[in-house]
Amino acid sequence: MSNQHNCENCPVHHKENLIRLGIAMDKVDYVIALAGNPNTGKSTVFNNLTGLRQHTGNWPGKTVTRAEGGFSYNDKRYKVVDLPGTYSLLSTSTDEEVARNFILFGRPDVTVIVADATRLERNLNLVLQILEITDRAVLCLNLMDEAKRNNIEIDERTLSKELGIPVIPAAARQKEGMMELLGAIEEVASGRYICKPHRIKSRSDKLNHAIDSLVGKLKQQFPGLPNLNWVALRLLEGDQGMIDAVNSGELGTLSPSLIPADI
Amino acid sequence: MENKEKVSAEEILSLANTLRWDLGMNLHDTVTESIYEGASKIAKKTVRVKDEKSSVNWDLKIDKVVTSKWLGFPIMFFLLALVFWITVAAANIPSGWIASLLIDTLHPILKNGAAAIGFPWWLSGVLIDGAYLSVAWVVSVMLPPMAIFFPMFTLLEDFGYLPRVAFNMDSLFRKAGAHGKQALTMSMGFGCNAAGVVATRVIDSPRERLIAIITNNFSLCNGRWPTQILIASIFIGGLVSSRWAGIVSAGAVVGVAVLGIFFSLVVSWALSRSVLKGEASAFSLELPPYRPPRILQTLYTSLIDRTIFVLWRAVVFALPAGILIWLVANIHIGELSLAEWFINWSDPFAMLFGLNGVILLAYIIAIPANEIVIPTVLMLTVISSGIAGVGAGDGVMFELDSIADTERVLRAGGWTLLTGINLMLFSLLHNPCSTTIYTIYKETKSVKWTMISTFLPIVMGFAICFFTTQVWRLLVK
Repeated sequence: MSNQHNCENCPVHHKENLIRLGIAMDKVDYVIALAGNPNTGKSTVFNNLTGLRQHTGNWPGKTVTRAEGGFSYNDKRYKVVDLPGTYSLLSTSTDEEVARNFILFGRPDVTVIVADATRLERNLNLVLQILEITDRAVLCLNLMDEAKRNNIEIDERTLSKELGIPVIPAAARQKEGMMELLGAIEEVASGRYICKPHRIKSRSDKLNHAIDSLVGKLKQQFPGLPNLNWVALRLLEGDQGMIDAVNSGELGTLSPSLIPADI
Repeated sequence: MENKEKVSAEEILSLANTLRWDLGMNLHDTVTESIYEGASKIAKKTVRVKDEKSSVNWDLKIDKVVTSKWLGFPIMFFLLALVFWITVAAANIPSGWIASLLIDTLHPILKNGAAAIGFPWWLSGVLIDGAYLSVAWVVSVMLPPMAIFFPMFTLLEDFGYLPRVAFNMDSLFRKAGAHGKQALTMSMGFGCNAAGVVATRVIDSPRERLIAIITNNFSLCNGRWPTQILIASIFIGGLVSSRWAGIVSAGAVVGVAVLGIFFSLVVSWALSRSVLKGEASAFSLELPPYRPPRILQTLYTSLIDRTIFVLWRAVVFALPAGILIWLVANIHIGELSLAEWFINWSDPFAMLFGLNGVILLAYIIAIPANEIVIPTVLMLTVISSGIAGVGAGDGVMFELDSIADTERVLRAGGWTLLTGINLMLFSLLHNPCSTTIYTIYKETKSVKWTMISTFLPIVMGFAICFFTTQVWRLLVK
């Protein structure tokens, strides 16, 4: 990303281009998912973008359901979905399922991953898992003020190059970095920034072949369901939740019900 | 278009099974490992910590104290007591101001206005003496303590102290066979039980989640704090000299709250050894970093999200309740009003439990919202005991500018220290409010568990009050 320095001419600094829409979310152009570990400030980012006052607290696991809000930026209308915080996409509690199913099957246009800059390594585990299943993401490196206090320095450019997505340093509680975040969201949503997400390379040919043949079967049973590669990988791992979802046919109902009806 | 015959689920799963055997069993570990490996590689490339040693880790230092084995609980109780003490000590004066404005000044103006435009007596009675006065009462009694209590509570939350409370409680809950995260949902219940019930979604095992839902009602919610604080100030604080009254009554309220936590643990223990058998599952609780609270924003959000929200709910429920109270006090069958019939009829039964008919009727009227228990109790006491000199007629909420006035009314209605203690216990142990009951049904989708969550605490409440009363009478007589 080139526009991270505070130059007055950058379009991202035109605050007046942002109109917070609160809960008015009809006729949206793009759907944004907010994901991340618990207690990284997702709800604060959400409030900054939408102008809503979803209660925030220094409290992991405060958001247990999806919260939705909207904003308009440069004449495009966005819907933001604040997902519950999760450490991974592989576990089974209700709150984590909500987040996982939305990113997997709700097909957000951009997934904004909010990460705690003071605990980057642990947060990266979720980031990499999300990058396995989506092509369009932005990393919001939040709590930069705390990182600075703790003498932690992060090389955002290298991080962005490694992950293949825009990385925006921010301090959402102080409303810092929000305009830059909006700019990055717009670039990814509109396709001006093409993400080259980091993918795990250790897959053997044998594994790829197994995934392909399983995806072939899954396609017949659940036509139109996105991310079948991921479903296949879970089945190969023997993930009981995924086996149950295939068995009961519940997997097929996830996709349409989670895609918002108004787009 | 897809025209092929659909393959069956079994076919997919058996293929997955065969392939899984071909690949070997450790695929899950391989995937997880490569993700961790990738994360650590990227972190190494991009994160640099400058002079690690010189920086003092305050978080760790504070945590060592507030979550220590010996100091953790005393600090917790001390902070809780401090918050209540400030609330009790500071709320009385603004309460008086609001009461004198809404009740002494505005109420006569409304009454005279209604008379001037020719309202019939029953209409001005229902609307002004019933609906308006009960709302005014709720506002003047509840607004000041909430406006003091919630910002302090929110500051503690914003600072990051509440997860430490959960951390301290975690091992106790696991010993009771419940999920450690129940400590978190219980703390949420101290704000609002309906919110606490929704918060149990963070617990993945259905068994442990049900335990957390059923026991959430043992967390005193903010609708019940005012009852506790007022009754404690009158009956417990009144036992000692006025210098110590504030501290002693705050201590009594903390005592009831701790008793609630105790019941929560005992009931969890009993459930996990009877109908909801099973082992406690392990989990990791992350302690968030301490953050300097944003004072202004906290004041704003706690005022809007909590104080106004709770007050609005109380007002919405107080309005129809006020009408209902006025009606039961003014519709007569024979000599007596409906309220008096019920009170006289239920008094002997209620006396067994050290309560009285007024309290029972108040708790029936207050099923929609615990907030209106105290106003209803006062009003019904005046009707049933026919106290002269207060009030302006049956079913009228009168002016009570101070705690001393309230005390006068309750003592005249035959209340004793025992009644006060039992009311505090019963306020802790009775059915959840209707909003919470509905939320429990929505979360569990089970009539059976909703019924259990509703009736278990009320049965316990009667049992505990009965026990307390019998022991008291043995000892005092």
